[in-house]
Amino acid sequence: MPPREGTYGLLAEFDTPGDLIRAARQARQDGWRRLDCYTPYPVEEAAEAIGFHRNKVPLITLIGGLMGGAAMFGLEVWISVLAYPLNIGGRPTYSWPAFIVPAYEWTILFAGLSAAFGMLALNGLPAPYHPLFNAPNFRDGATTDKFFLCLEALDPKFDLAEAKKYLESFQPVSVVEVQY
Amino acid sequence: MATSEVKTNDPGIDPSTGEFRVIGPGQTFRSVTEKISALVLTPHTPMGWFAIFSVAGAGASMLMVAVTWLFLKGVGIWGVTQPVAWGFAIINFVWWIGIGHAGTLISAILLLFKQGWRNSISRFAEAMTIFAVVCAGMFPVLHLGRPWLGYWLFPYPSTMTVWPQFRSPLMWDVFAVSTYATISVVFWYIGMVPDLGTMRDRAQSKFAQYFYGLLSVGWRGSVRHWMRYETASLLLAGLATPLVLSVHTVISFDFAVAVLPGWHTTIFPPYFVAGAIYSGFAMVLTLAIPLRKFYHLEALVTERHIDNMGKVMLATGFIVAYGYGMEIFMAWYSASHWEAFMMWNRMFGPMGWSYWVLVTCNLAIPLTTLWVRKLRTSIAYMFFLSIVVNTGMWFERFVIVVTSLYRDFLPSAWGTYRATKWDYMTFVGTLGLFTFLFVLFVRFLPMIPMNEIRMLLPAAKIKAKATAKAGD
Repeated sequence: MPPREGTYGLLAEFDTPGDLIRAARQARQDGWRRLDCYTPYPVEEAAEAIGFHRNKVPLITLIGGLMGGAAMFGLEVWISVLAYPLNIGGRPTYSWPAFIVPAYEWTILFAGLSAAFGMLALNGLPAPYHPLFNAPNFRDGATTDKFFLCLEALDPKFDLAEAKKYLESFQPVSVVEVQY
Repeated sequence: MATSEVKTNDPGIDPSTGEFRVIGPGQTFRSVTEKISALVLTPHTPMGWFAIFSVAGAGASMLMVAVTWLFLKGVGIWGVTQPVAWGFAIINFVWWIGIGHAGTLISAILLLFKQGWRNSISRFAEAMTIFAVVCAGMFPVLHLGRPWLGYWLFPYPSTMTVWPQFRSPLMWDVFAVSTYATISVVFWYIGMVPDLGTMRDRAQSKFAQYFYGLLSVGWRGSVRHWMRYETASLLLAGLATPLVLSVHTVISFDFAVAVLPGWHTTIFPPYFVAGAIYSGFAMVLTLAIPLRKFYHLEALVTERHIDNMGKVMLATGFIVAYGYGMEIFMAWYSASHWEAFMMWNRMFGPMGWSYWVLVTCNLAIPLTTLWVRKLRTSIAYMFFLSIVVNTGMWFERFVIVVTSLYRDFLPSAWGTYRATKWDYMTFVGTLGLFTFLFVLFVRFLPMIPMNEIRMLLPAAKIKAKATAKAGD
């Protein structure tokens, strides 16, 4: 469990995505590992700068889709062949082409739900409270027009005074300490 | 190509990137955010909003009256009878579902094709989809006769040990439409989460902060979150694309699988899908044109959007025209007496007028005038045209349902169809419900995706490019 009091991290504010990416890339090169960027829209370069390249959302989606399709196809076969076979002019009970449409729809349904909820779960959302919301400039900027770099206190390199000096070397708009 | 013809001082071209501008000049991250969020967060609701809200609310109430009476008396209050057992209910069902399709097309297919201009209109087009599916989904259930037993459609272990018949297209419909509704809502909501975060951060009142705070699930814009979010959005778009094509295909199976002249054709799936997109784009225009005027969104929903939607309508309109042509051709080429009679009767029979309304509204007016750029960028004309196409597409379904049914195989079984006041009340009532939901949406949720608009701004592009070069 992370500590629930004291300093969460140091938050540097930038005006442009370019400045943020430069700072993030340098920090990563200088050995920082517990760091994150906050942007008002997806900035792919910033994610790459902090070493975040791959995610597991596609895998979860694939598994969800396969399970949904298999479940519906299985249900249809079980109902039509075993549970409630209908003899209509001697036609085969295992009429698989007719079962494809609902199975197809459920593949999409469960893949879509897995993608959406898998993404939220991997992101650790819903999380109504987060220490960053305590930063005075975060809420006005991070979801509007400012770009933030946060060095977290859990990083072994973290030392409040040194980290502050380090962040200031990137000439951000401001550096603030974020409390839990 | 169009790009080589434009002059360098064309105001439609962004001077710093040389790309087509889809957002008006001079916008910044903050200005678009403030513009869009202020529409919702302002404590002053315009009087015009209340006016539309009241009229639409009256319409929705009328729907409640009509449905209540239907529940009390049964489907006998409608005009449906033999041989026309599918009347307004199925016409309206197909029409509403079709309208929804443009929303998914804009949000999913155009996203996959990287059509940046879609960003301005995607959110309210998706909202339109959801509300259209709400209206559509009601009709088959109301049409059941005993709507309270609608849950029998779902496979569940019942004490009667009866199970649904999965070989029926009507059963496929249940899964296609319920999946479509669910995925549309999820896609719409997930797309809105970052914007709800913005709303939470910009809200002044305590209630609004809690309301948007809960809905935003604590979104804070971490780039790790953004990357998973982008992956999920792309995957949802990739899933919604085959879904939207399948939904109207399955609905066309309701007709095409029946052995009835006028329904039993293989052209139905593609022709239904194209028709759905055609009518859906018309509905997007019907909504977008008054909205941009009313809320002064001309810088975000530009003439270029109207122009592009006109082009999509031109293309899908021609696919629809091909469908009509092929129906006539097959009536002759199949050498089936019944097919030929159906087609002749559809054009010149007692209800032939409806076919010519459809030809006028769907082919004659739009497909001759949409070629003209001046008309495509004329706001008043495009609004007029959107109403014309919506009318035409409603009549298309009327023609398919009624004129295929009212002349049965034996003349002794011939009949006619006349909608009752309850049919009209239900139909107009769904128009009211749709508008009612839509005005609530524009009042309480951000109708334009702010985070996607930010990506379109020059400030987002140049800097990112410059650093990518500097870093490499």
